[in-house]
Amino acid sequence: MSGAFLEVSGLVKHYGGVAALDGCSLSLRKGEVTGLIGPNGAGKTTLLNALTGLAKPEAGTVSFMGADVTGLPAHRMAALGVVRSFQIVRELSSLTVFENLLLAPPHQIGERLLGAVISRRKWWAQEHVNAAKARTLLERVGLWKLADQSSAALSGGQKKLLEVARALLLEPRLLLLDEPGAGVSPPLREEIIRLVRELKAEGLSFGIVEHDMHLVGEVCDHVHVLAEGRTLVSGSFAEATSDPRVVEAYLGLAA
Amino acid sequence: MSAYLVTLVILVSVAALVGLALNLQWGLAGLVNFGVSGFVALGAYGVAITAPHIGWLPAMIFSALLCAAISMALALLSIRLEENYLAIVTIGFGEIVRILLLNEGWLTGGALGIADIPRPFAAITPPGGGDGVILAFAIALVALVFVLLELLVRSPFGRVLRAVRDDATVASALGKPVLALRVRAFAVGGAVMGLAGALHAFYLTYIDPSQFTPIITAYAFMAVIAGGRGSNLGLLLGAGSIMALLEATRFLKDLVPSIDGAQLSALRLGMIGIGIVLLLILRPQGLVAEPRRRATEFFPNAKGEG
Ligand SMILES: Nc1ncnc2c1ncn2[C@@H]1O[C@H](COP(=O)(O)OP(=O)(O)OP(=O)(O)O)[C@@H](O)[C@H]1O
Ligand SMILES: [Mg+2]
Repeated sequence: MSGAFLEVSGLVKHYGGVAALDGCSLSLRKGEVTGLIGPNGAGKTTLLNALTGLAKPEAGTVSFMGADVTGLPAHRMAALGVVRSFQIVRELSSLTVFENLLLAPPHQIGERLLGAVISRRKWWAQEHVNAAKARTLLERVGLWKLADQSSAALSGGQKKLLEVARALLLEPRLLLLDEPGAGVSPPLREEIIRLVRELKAEGLSFGIVEHDMHLVGEVCDHVHVLAEGRTLVSGSFAEATSDPRVVEAYLGLAA
Repeated sequence: MSAYLVTLVILVSVAALVGLALNLQWGLAGLVNFGVSGFVALGAYGVAITAPHIGWLPAMIFSALLCAAISMALALLSIRLEENYLAIVTIGFGEIVRILLLNEGWLTGGALGIADIPRPFAAITPPGGGDGVILAFAIALVALVFVLLELLVRSPFGRVLRAVRDDATVASALGKPVLALRVRAFAVGGAVMGLAGALHAFYLTYIDPSQFTPIITAYAFMAVIAGGRGSNLGLLLGAGSIMALLEATRFLKDLVPSIDGAQLSALRLGMIGIGIVLLLILRPQGLVAEPRRRATEFFPNAKGEG
């Protein structure tokens, strides 16, 4: 099992009396798109938070590429290549679309206090390299013509695309998306599906939390169904969705 | 140049330095500081106590470093928690400084303060020509700080601070060391406040605790709000307008002789308040917008429709 790309074992996280994660164990494979589905409140977002350093698990372990990364702070997880998007989009509203992207690349000399003042020529050169990458990505997701607009002015779907483009500038190893299809118009949702497939073909690994079963069916190689903070069923999309326990978990919520 | 004009320029210079500092801490990085007057006082007492022994330049550097170190300590103490704690801690800091200045008489002269603070370039100043030198010194200091902070604001450092201000969680998920960035921004701002206090002490050559009331903090926030959060140019305009308004309303007394001193000072503050409210209604983003990096700066030929 130690060969797994990302391995989660026995994660526990409580909020007040609620067990958001209750001994959650699962694994994500390299080069695959893994779906994380389950009814509302199953703990999917909490799992992503625990994987990206935004929630400290009370018990259990997370290992990434063979190293124990349990409880590392968020910026360290990002530096290791685990990057995420947010369920409720969090664009940086006082930055333009283009600045949102220029912000993302790691190791910027100009982000250091002394470097910003002393090494102007170096960071300016870095900025130019990053600007070219940013432009390519914005063209790829169709936001280039909005580059100098305030990111707050984008539509919900465009903001999701912006988040993905911004995450890609970190050159992640694993991209975790929290409901990339929610609140997105159908044409933009197809755009997201196309983008995930392309990036997977380029070798990127994904973990995708999603309620939209069309999107999950289209892109996911493997699915984990979460319920009440645990992994209920794992398998292919067809296996998972036809499992009676899964049907029950979703229906149980509706009842 | 008349002595009154010199006083005015120095007053504006001190206010501009304090405002530029707060604009970095709060305007750009979103870190509230209600202890501004405490940092200014510390900077002033720092040079007042050390300048006679080590000279004005080392004394200024000492004051700036002292304020930076204390800013770092306060930031580390409280930023880990939440923004509200920083507000409380900085208010507490301001109070502590005031009490120490009053009670540690062996060092600070207590309520009597410290007199005969040596001015920069005192040796080469012709007798009676001291005001011209301190004037040039003040303007040069503001210019230097303005250029340095402008370099910071327009660099990736400024951009990442804006990101931290907007949403610290997103910034950390993008790999940015939020705590370290905040501590640095707070320390640089603290150092500049120390320099402002040093200028104040050099000009007056006499300081006492009554010169460092929390109104300094209030004016600094007003200047940042009026100028536009994050814009250094706006800050200069904001600080200048507020000081001009304050001074102009001084002459109200001549126009309306029935007003007494206490009424007048209340009226002046009220007018500034009304001025800021009007400004925020007419121009909610402040006088000057925060600088932004445009895609067209990198791709001059690209015709973005945005
Ligand atoms: N920060 C928090 N404070 C308090 N309770 C929380 C917090 N985050 C999550 N919870 C609770 O933990 C449980 C799991 O929440 P989580 O957001 O992980 O579910 P989810 O599977 O992402 O649901 P959804 O599909 O609705 O997004 C819920 O009961 C939720 O109310
Ligand atoms: Mg969720």
